[in-house]
Amino acid sequence: MAEMQIKPITMNFGPQHPAAHGVLRLVLEMDGEVIERADPHVGLLHRGTEKLIEHKTYLQALPYFDRLDYVSPMNQEHAWALAIERAVGIEVPRRAQYIRVLYCEIGRILNHLLNLTTFAIDVGAMTPLLWGFEEREQLMGFYERACGARLHAAYFRPGGVHQDLPDGLLDEIGDWANEFPAFINDLETLLTDNRIFKQRTVDIGVITEEAALDLGITGPCLRGSGVAWDLRKAQPYDAYAEMEFDVPVGKTGDCYARYLVRVEEMRQSLRIIRQCIDNMPDGPVLAENNKVTPPKRGDMKHSMEALIHHFKLYTEGFHVPEGESYTAVEAPKGEFGVYLVADGSNKPYRCKIRAPGFYFMAAVDYLSRGHMLADSVAIIGSLDIVFGEIDR
Amino acid sequence: MTDNVTPDNQTAAQEVSAQTTMIEHLRKLLDADLQDAAVVQDQIVLRIPASSIQQVLAALRDDKYAAFNQLSDLTAVDYPERPERFELVYQLLSMRNNMRLRLLAAVGEGQAVPSATTVYSAANWAEREVWDMFGIFFAGHPDLRRLLTDYGFEGHPLRKDFPLTGHVEVRYDDTLRRVVNEPVSLVQEFRDFDFLSPWEGMQAQIPGDEKAGKEG
Repeated sequence: MAEMQIKPITMNFGPQHPAAHGVLRLVLEMDGEVIERADPHVGLLHRGTEKLIEHKTYLQALPYFDRLDYVSPMNQEHAWALAIERAVGIEVPRRAQYIRVLYCEIGRILNHLLNLTTFAIDVGAMTPLLWGFEEREQLMGFYERACGARLHAAYFRPGGVHQDLPDGLLDEIGDWANEFPAFINDLETLLTDNRIFKQRTVDIGVITEEAALDLGITGPCLRGSGVAWDLRKAQPYDAYAEMEFDVPVGKTGDCYARYLVRVEEMRQSLRIIRQCIDNMPDGPVLAENNKVTPPKRGDMKHSMEALIHHFKLYTEGFHVPEGESYTAVEAPKGEFGVYLVADGSNKPYRCKIRAPGFYFMAAVDYLSRGHMLADSVAIIGSLDIVFGEIDR
Repeated sequence: MTDNVTPDNQTAAQEVSAQTTMIEHLRKLLDADLQDAAVVQDQIVLRIPASSIQQVLAALRDDKYAAFNQLSDLTAVDYPERPERFELVYQLLSMRNNMRLRLLAAVGEGQAVPSATTVYSAANWAEREVWDMFGIFFAGHPDLRRLLTDYGFEGHPLRKDFPLTGHVEVRYDDTLRRVVNEPVSLVQEFRDFDFLSPWEGMQAQIPGDEKAGKEG
């Protein structure tokens, strides 16, 4: 019988697929069960954040950052706050810097807990998800105690943080931090040496060092490929210069290496959290510059000037001097950058958000070629994709 | 805090000198392609002609000393009042020097820009996004489709002349049993307050002001 030319099957993956981590439509060209080409269709969650920010004052634009990567909201607010602080030139009080670092690391653990456990469920392990969400619940409780919101925090403000931590919260976080290593160990017993988990992840979706740099991959995925690059170390911001922590690096660049890097990053985040709690300085949590930061509630009852400042800041907002800057932070997923163009008015002229996940998604085609259909799920899971930030 | 001041100043000074040496090096490297080089808010900013983007990026990446090995971001800014309306912005990162660099290139409406995908693969989706949002065409891009907007979307949303509310809205039509696009109808005019203080912001002279003189 003559050989038949088989037409590749085009398959739709998503947009409503639980393993797509949100609304991803992946158009796959399949040769049997092998992926020949993957074409992600993104933008189903596009809300025009960058356009909206151009029409809001600097402070009103801040909550949009919570809604990008909604798994680690404060890390992104951090980038926005730093960008404004750089443009306006205000110093952040030490206590505020420590609180910010503390909450960024809580955000990192929040993010890694969600990613690792959903990754596990994608490749067939149910239990980690149930355990991990219990821990996330506690962490979101800490978010709530500090700012009143579990997810959309709007806590980091230009010049510091919105309000001081309530009494006793640091001790509670400390208690939690003492117990959490046991959870990480438990999680590892479920996954690290698990035969099925390893079968599904080892040697799957390998990114070489050169490819990772070329594709613009950052964060744990880059470190999983053996590049020791962490913005917290390389270009420290806020109090990170004073923190002692290690940067874990993977050797193989596959899904399993990315998993291992994230697990170790949680341990390092705990180290930072402990240092923050132990060395938390006293003092104000918001820069006292009433042209940018609001006055204290108490002052407003006595001082007419404070009242005027408050009114002006929450209607007109503050003016940012003309100029442009690119500010990047090490968000849990990778380099999260804000390119801010200010024209001297009270609204940003242009704000470009550089989301790490955007470049991961672009790399899915490169990563899944030649793999089986089921591997594409493992690859997407290991890249840590959240559509809020990709679609913006 | 006094003992903290000196090392901080030292690192800042080191950074500045590293940036000036880098600019000197880049002047030699890029030669005629470099229109302007400056340090703005602690970052190196180079201005280049849009036509030579490919060579410049390749030179910056392949040069042993500069080694800008990652394209962090690629975007554009719309300045409708300028003769060349758009400005392309490339954010590069050199891990070897721990240094960032920004490339700016002015682009007119309808002008094609050589695609950077041959130099950095990361430019692939970034250029698709710029095409989608601004309508800047990249010549030589392997797959220049819209990225973020809806299938069948018209217009380029991040242009300054595109209204915030957009032109169409979607709704599910029960009789047609599908989602339909319709022109936007707002119950109330879109209200865009600028809140700018009339006292600080007013530059215009009201007729008769010139009689008053400086002291009023």
